[in-house]
Amino acid sequence: MEVDISKPILDRNERLAQENRALFDEKGIFVLDLMASPGAGKTSTILATIAALRDRYRIAVIEGDIASKVDAEKISAHGIPAVQINTGGACHLESDMIQRAVGALDVDDLDLIIVENVGNLVCPTEFNLGENAKVMILSVPEGHDKPYKYPNIFAISEAVILNKYDTVSVFDFDEDEFRSVVTSLNPSAPVFPMSATKGDGVDAWVQWLAGRVDKAKAMANEA
Amino acid sequence: MGICKGILDAAVEAAEGQNATRINEIRISVGELTEIVEYALQFAFEALSAGTMAEGGTLVVEHISAASKCGQCGVEFEHGVFDAVCPDCGNPFNENIRGRELRIDSIDIDTAEGPGAAGADSGPAKDAAAHGVHDEAGE
Repeated sequence: MEVDISKPILDRNERLAQENRALFDEKGIFVLDLMASPGAGKTSTILATIAALRDRYRIAVIEGDIASKVDAEKISAHGIPAVQINTGGACHLESDMIQRAVGALDVDDLDLIIVENVGNLVCPTEFNLGENAKVMILSVPEGHDKPYKYPNIFAISEAVILNKYDTVSVFDFDEDEFRSVVTSLNPSAPVFPMSATKGDGVDAWVQWLAGRVDKAKAMANEA
Repeated sequence: MGICKGILDAAVEAAEGQNATRINEIRISVGELTEIVEYALQFAFEALSAGTMAEGGTLVVEHISAASKCGQCGVEFEHGVFDAVCPDCGNPFNENIRGRELRIDSIDIDTAEGPGAAGADSGPAKDAAAHGVHDEAGE
């Protein structure tokens, strides 16, 4: 017997993501889903972002890793609330994990939640967490040809951070080619060359982010 | 793996709603712009379906090509992953209309006995219902 279903495969994830988003909108919280390969500099980028914006916004971090608490501990050491999610093998975060993690945060006392997704350029792209924006980091040593290999993550990110930019000459990274492929995949995404640990280029990135956070807050106030 | 679990959960939920005893086939649609690799999905399906009523069933994947509508001149056009540029006016800012699907379309099931029970019309004969109502009766 044929039974018609006709619904998204990730129906449950989508439903919970919309619940998350409704809560974030109600509280005027901007949620950033930060995606990258392992070792591209997600945690360093978060630390640099916190340093630049902590006087302006109340920030919390949700750390997604397969195992360990090391990232959450790094963030907590800076006096920023951090919740660690251990996916226990799963290669990406899903909206129910975010829902549980947000339950451990004081949502009445936050402007910005940065979610550090599991290091992976594939699976996180398909899972809506209820975030306001997905942003990806590519680090220079990974090579300028990555957008050819993992087009989807570049296509769905609202901005691309090019991290470890200080090593661009060492790795023979063709920035022009990189930018032109990113533009062909995603013409509206800005590219922010940056060196998160040294601080170069962080300004342009945090200005962009702050613009988005302020816009979300203004919309929450209007509602 | 997560995608495959989503497929199985949705299929089993729908099948249970119909008092199914077995899922013979699950039909899904996958857009060209998603990160889905069919052989990985099939492999995951084999592993995850073991012990469920979909064990031994078939996962049928329909691939959907990508298309967008030009944000400037409104023309609709098909494209690949890297060339979503309007062929008429060259505008790269377009609205995707097809190719990001991840949808479960339908399932084919066997059901148990009882009034209104339906035999699978295409199910494997080896699973012919123990209760002897494995026929074409339908509902």
